[in-house]
This record gives sequence, structure tokens and C-alpha cells, in this order.
Amino acid sequence: MTLSVDIRHRQGAFDLEAAFESGGRLTALFGTSGSGKTTLVNLVAGLLRPAEGRIAIDGRVLVDTAAGIVVPAHRRRIGYVFQDARLFPHLTVGQNLRYGRFFTPPGERYADEAGVVDLLGIGHLLDRRPGHLSGGEKQRVAIGRALIASPLLILMDEPLASLDDARKGEILPYIERLRDETRIPVVYVSHSIAEVSRLATDVVVLSGGRVRAAGPAAEVLSRPDALPTGERDETGALVDLEIASQDDAFGLTVLRSSAGEWRLPRIDRPVGTKVRARIRARDVMIMTQAPVGISALNVLAARVEHVTSGEGADALVTLRCGTDRLLARITRRSIHALDLAAGREVYTVVKSVTFDGGNPAHAAPRVTALE
Amino acid sequence: MGWLELGPDEWNAVRLSLRVSLWATIASLPLGILVAWVLARKSFWGKSILNGIVHLPLILPPVVTGYLLLLTFGRRGPAGAFLESCCGIVFSFRWTGAALACAVMAFPLMVRAIRLSIEAVDRRLEAAAGTLGAHPAWVFATITLPLILPGIVAGMILAFAKAMGEFGATITFVSNIPGETQTLPSAIYTFTQVPGGDVGALRLTLVSIAIAMAALVASEVLARRISRRMDIE
Repeated sequence: MTLSVDIRHRQGAFDLEAAFESGGRLTALFGTSGSGKTTLVNLVAGLLRPAEGRIAIDGRVLVDTAAGIVVPAHRRRIGYVFQDARLFPHLTVGQNLRYGRFFTPPGERYADEAGVVDLLGIGHLLDRRPGHLSGGEKQRVAIGRALIASPLLILMDEPLASLDDARKGEILPYIERLRDETRIPVVYVSHSIAEVSRLATDVVVLSGGRVRAAGPAAEVLSRPDALPTGERDETGALVDLEIASQDDAFGLTVLRSSAGEWRLPRIDRPVGTKVRARIRARDVMIMTQAPVGISALNVLAARVEHVTSGEGADALVTLRCGTDRLLARITRRSIHALDLAAGREVYTVVKSVTFDGGNPAHAAPRVTALE
Repeated sequence: MGWLELGPDEWNAVRLSLRVSLWATIASLPLGILVAWVLARKSFWGKSILNGIVHLPLILPPVVTGYLLLLTFGRRGPAGAFLESCCGIVFSFRWTGAALACAVMAFPLMVRAIRLSIEAVDRRLEAAAGTLGAHPAWVFATITLPLILPGIVAGMILAFAKAMGEFGATITFVSNIPGETQTLPSAIYTFTQVPGGDVGALRLTLVSIAIAMAALVASEVLARRISRRMDIE
């Protein structure tokens, strides 16, 4: 599935001008509030009509103002999970779930109702009224309602924003299953770097109504200029790891990446499980020589790819480790002292690793790498 | 307690009033919902004029409304003559005319109640239904209409009560013919005009009070049942 958007829209003083194309299983629209994320999904859903532009899914044109085409929302077959579930209060959960199915042409009803109910764990709620559900349950029913309508694409507008952390943790695995087990592409709006790096395969960064960056998640999230100013501290790289073995004697798990082996506190998952780690730039140290007699376990050889420094005290170093990319935030003074420049061979020490990448075995997502 | 027994003419008046009021309420309901929806949702040139016309019977003296109805829907009136020639519907000096007069007088109350409930509907729910594939007409039938049901019930009860009590416009438009256009208020009025009619007037007054109370209780029960069904927090 490819979603292509190229639109200009004006709403009061706010001006949105966005063009991007994404073919990911889960494309995150990432940005601070007021960056135009919700306006953009409303345009895709057909709840708003753009001043001009074109929106298409796999060549199926939804909007083309030049050709005078604007498909009304109810004929787009795009599921929408709103921030505030928006369940119909006069219908039971079961009736809410089946609402969209009724309007889907019989030949195009691919959704398996029982399977969706099972996927979301809402079987025990079917006879209840939405008024009696918790926030997390409402949101799961809302996701189910969108799925059972057999949509061609699902939009999720900050579906977790109104929930507390415990409820978020309750729903995130379902969204991961939705991403991995169904063939419906998802567009996911969020301002949370943790959610985006955990869920997204592709990221579109919006800021002030403009697209700042778009592309595969690992690539976009490691670009320092892509993150909103408030999230700069969270700048980091995504690294895909695979559990290689369990070191029972020391209570460690050995993980494999393209750059070498990582040793982290024990992760209770079977060997071969793939996990995604986010390594924040401020948790990475750089050495020009192989460290000797160091307590840190995760030392990797790397090559400096790029150094970005501005006026401030900090600089950001992009490193290449195998096929992965790491970011290190160090002081400008250290850059100068170590004479770091593109092409230089160095060693990196990773101080801590964040598992946004869906490892339910870990209640606390951030793992401090062992020394 | 023999004085409480209603005579045949009095029974006629009670039955006629119920029939007139029910017809006035039910027949004007679709138009009432439509007008309330247009006033709540649409903006167009002349909206305040439409709003004024709908509310006019509320502020005009009922006799004036009745006289205007006589001019328009009387046998020689433009609308009256047309309806008689095309569909055989006659309003003047018939119970149907009483129903028309009651419907017109009760219309602003009905529209007001329904309009308020339409304005209270969360339009984001309608948008959600749209994204699930529902055509706007389906959205109205499956989402909006059920959500405004309490307002519709309230509007119907108000309209029914107003119709039961309508006097001025009815008597001006269709007169006071026993068995045809003599509704409860007209019958009470007639009793008060004849010597010794006090007991009859009192009997019909008690009947009026009983019907009004019954309607009120019914609306309460209905509204509670609907809101319990919806579990609106």
C-alpha cells in the first residue's frame, strides 16, 4: 500500500502544506501539537476538504482538486480511530463493532469479526454499553469497530493520548499485533517519541504545517533535525537486535546486531526473538582508541560519518556501526580535543539502551547497560 | 358521585380532543424534525425569517392565527380550495381543521424542543459514523435520530399538551360544533355560557387535568427509559 499526499490547506491562521509518500505498514505522523497532524489525517479521512492538492492510496484517487475529485468520507473506506474513542452511546459494544460492516459492500468484507474481537480481547464486553467501559476498553472497541468495517487503511489519531501509562501499556501490544498480524496499513498520529519508535515502520515528521522529514523510522528518527525542539534530548538511533543466546551464569542476554554483540540484563524471550532498541545520543560515549580495562560491556567499533555542531556546547556525531547507525551527543570541546571528523575510526561505549521496541517482558523500558 | 358521570356530548368532546391532539402531534412531527434540523444545522439566507414564521403562532393572538387559517385554508381560501379540489381534504368546520389549528399553534414548541436536542448532539459521533461508511442519510437515521429521541418525546408531549388546551385559533377557524369541532376547551367554554353549566364545566376540567397529568407522567417514564438505555454519563 502506498499513501501519497500532496496538499495545501488553510484553516484560519494555520497553513498546512504537506507532500509525502509512504508505503509502510505503520506510518507515524510525528510532531508537536499544532504541527498539523490531526488536520492532515482529517484531510485523508475526508472530514476536511483541502484547498488544493491530491491524496491517493495505491493510485485510488481520494482527492484531486485539479480534476475536481473529492470522494466523500463515507465512500473512502478508511477506518478512523479517534483520540476520544467516539463510540455510539445508544448502541452496545457488539452493535458498535458491527456498525461499519453493514455499510461495507458484501464482496469487500474481508474482516473476520471473531478474529478481531479475539485480537483485541474484547469478547467479554460485547453486551455492555460504551458508558460503562474504561478508557482503555473504549479505545480497543474503537479500534475493533474500525477494523470490522474492512477498511483499506486505518488512521489513528493519538489513540493513547487520553490514557494513563498503565492503559497505554495495555493497548500498545494490540496495536503491534494489528501492525504485524493484519494486512491493513496504519497511519498513526503521535507526539510521543516512545510510541513512534516502538510502533512505526515509517515516520513523517511534521512541524508548523510542513513536512520536516519522511522515510523509514530508523533513518528519520536518527536525524537530529527531524525531532521537534522539545524532544531533542530524546534524539537517538534505532537498532534492530536479535537475541543470540542467554548467558545464565551472569544473568545476561546476548544480542546480535550488524555491528557486533550486545550484552544486556536478561530479557526473558526465546533465542531468535527480534527486538528494537533505541539508543539515545546522550547515552553514547566515543573513544579514539580501543578501551582497555573498562567495565562497560558494550563497546563497538565504529566510523564517524558526520559531525553536526552549532553554536552551543553540544555537537552530534553520526556513527556507522556495521549497517546500523548510532548517534552520540558530546561536547564541542571533545570534538575539538579528539579531532573527530568524518571517516575517523573510533570506539563507542553505550551506557544505556531503551526498549520502546515492544518487549513486554520489561516493565521499565529503559535498560541501563551493565558495567 | 353521580355528577362525575360524563354525558354522551361530553364523551364526544373528550374523544374528539384526544383525536385532534394526537393527529396534530403525529402529523406535524416529520415537518417539525425537518424544520428543527434545518434551523439547528444549516445556515442560509432567510434563516431568521423561517425562524420567525415558525415562532409566529407563539406570539400572535390565537384569534389572529385562527383567522389567518380561515383565510388560507377556508373553503374559499387559496390553500383550502386547492386541497379540496386535488385531494378532497376539507379543513373548514371539520375536526381536521381543529387538528390543523392545534398543529400550527403547537409547532413552535415542538420545533424548539427538537432543535435544542439536535444542537446538543455530538457531531463528532456523526463524523465517526461517516468514516465507517454511513451515508449522511443513514447517519441521521442510525445516530442522530436515536440520540435526539428524548428531545423528540419532549417536543411531542409539549405539542400534545398545547393541542389539548388550544382554544382561540380552533374556535375562530372551525367554530364550536358539537361532535365535529367541539374540543374540550370549547365544551368547557360552552358550559360556562349556559345557566347551570358549572357542574359540566367542572367535570370536563377534571378530565383535562387527568389527561395532562397522564401525558406528563408518560413523558417522564419514557425519557427515563431512553436515557437509561443510552447510559449517557
